[in-house]
Amino acid sequence: MNTKFEPEIIFFCCNYCSYAAADLAGSLRMNYPPNIKIIIVPCSGRVDIIHLLHAFEQGADGVFVTGCMEGDCHFINGNIRAKKRVNYAKKILGEIGIEQDRVGMYNISASDAPEFVKVAKLITEKITALGPSPLKKQGDH
Amino acid sequence: MIVGELKPIDELLKMIDGYNTILIAGCRGCVTVCNTGGEKEVSILASALRMAGRKEGKPVMIDEITLERQCDHYFVSSLRDLFEKKTYDAVVSLACSIGPQYIAEEFDNIIVLPGLNTVFMGGPVEQGIWAEYCSACGECQIHNFGGMCPVTRCAKGLLNGPCGGSFNGKCEIDNTTDCVWELIYKRLKKLGQLDLLSELVRPKDWSKSLSGGPRKMIREDLML
Repeated sequence: MNTKFEPEIIFFCCNYCSYAAADLAGSLRMNYPPNIKIIIVPCSGRVDIIHLLHAFEQGADGVFVTGCMEGDCHFINGNIRAKKRVNYAKKILGEIGIEQDRVGMYNISASDAPEFVKVAKLITEKITALGPSPLKKQGDH
Repeated sequence: MIVGELKPIDELLKMIDGYNTILIAGCRGCVTVCNTGGEKEVSILASALRMAGRKEGKPVMIDEITLERQCDHYFVSSLRDLFEKKTYDAVVSLACSIGPQYIAEEFDNIIVLPGLNTVFMGGPVEQGIWAEYCSACGECQIHNFGGMCPVTRCAKGLLNGPCGGSFNGKCEIDNTTDCVWELIYKRLKKLGQLDLLSELVRPKDWSKSLSGGPRKMIREDLML
């Protein structure tokens, strides 16, 4: 039986901005795809390359970091560091032949629930189009 | 510190092709400080190689360990306990090239692969950028040069510099590299030691460098 592919997408959300935006989206009864699994981090700068890679190893089809707008990080430059680490993770994924678009970084402010919803929908569409992670065996999803 | 650089992953994948059980061994010495062979980098490489194996349908089992120092038989021999409990097809060493050589010396039945390219001796010049400062020439003369090493930091290794390629304080090989002879001149001027430059520096004794063959240092007072 053919079942529609439902991607598993991990969002590492900064507690101060994008998580607040996700929370606000909930309070405003705005829907976003249930494929998004949120992990709250105290700052996007807490996310390391190894967290991104382990998420893929554990079966994620896409892994994204959402941090404060550039210049607004509560810890000055955690989001800038996160962006560089995401780029390094992209490089590693590219080297091992996994689509680099499966990992990325977005900046969403705490009050911008519509933006969070927009990004969540956009990413879900993008990862759905890419299909299951090549690390999953046929029929895993 | 000795600065190492991770080998390209496709080169590592070719090296480990055919091996199913691998140990990645890091080092808490220099390569931890230059972020290429510490505990975190061991985990990142292990994760990348596991994923690459899974993707190609050739899963590899990878264990991770980070030794205190790989350039010390005392710490390297601590792997013995692990090897007695488990058999590995190969060990990928994330240390400078001393590490894999020490492991090979200590365990004659273990295949050892270098995970890093050892690039130079130097240090960080800013976060994320390392530069070469020493060539281990075996005969340090930096007291003649304001504390800077022209053997390493001058592209031509001139002892009686500068050459004519210095432009606006930068080297002709690339305009982001300082001309060390300009730095030497400025520093000696500041120190009031410009007279040092009027003395001709005699040719170095390169037999004390690698051209004299592999070197050895002996301290009889420390020998057991």
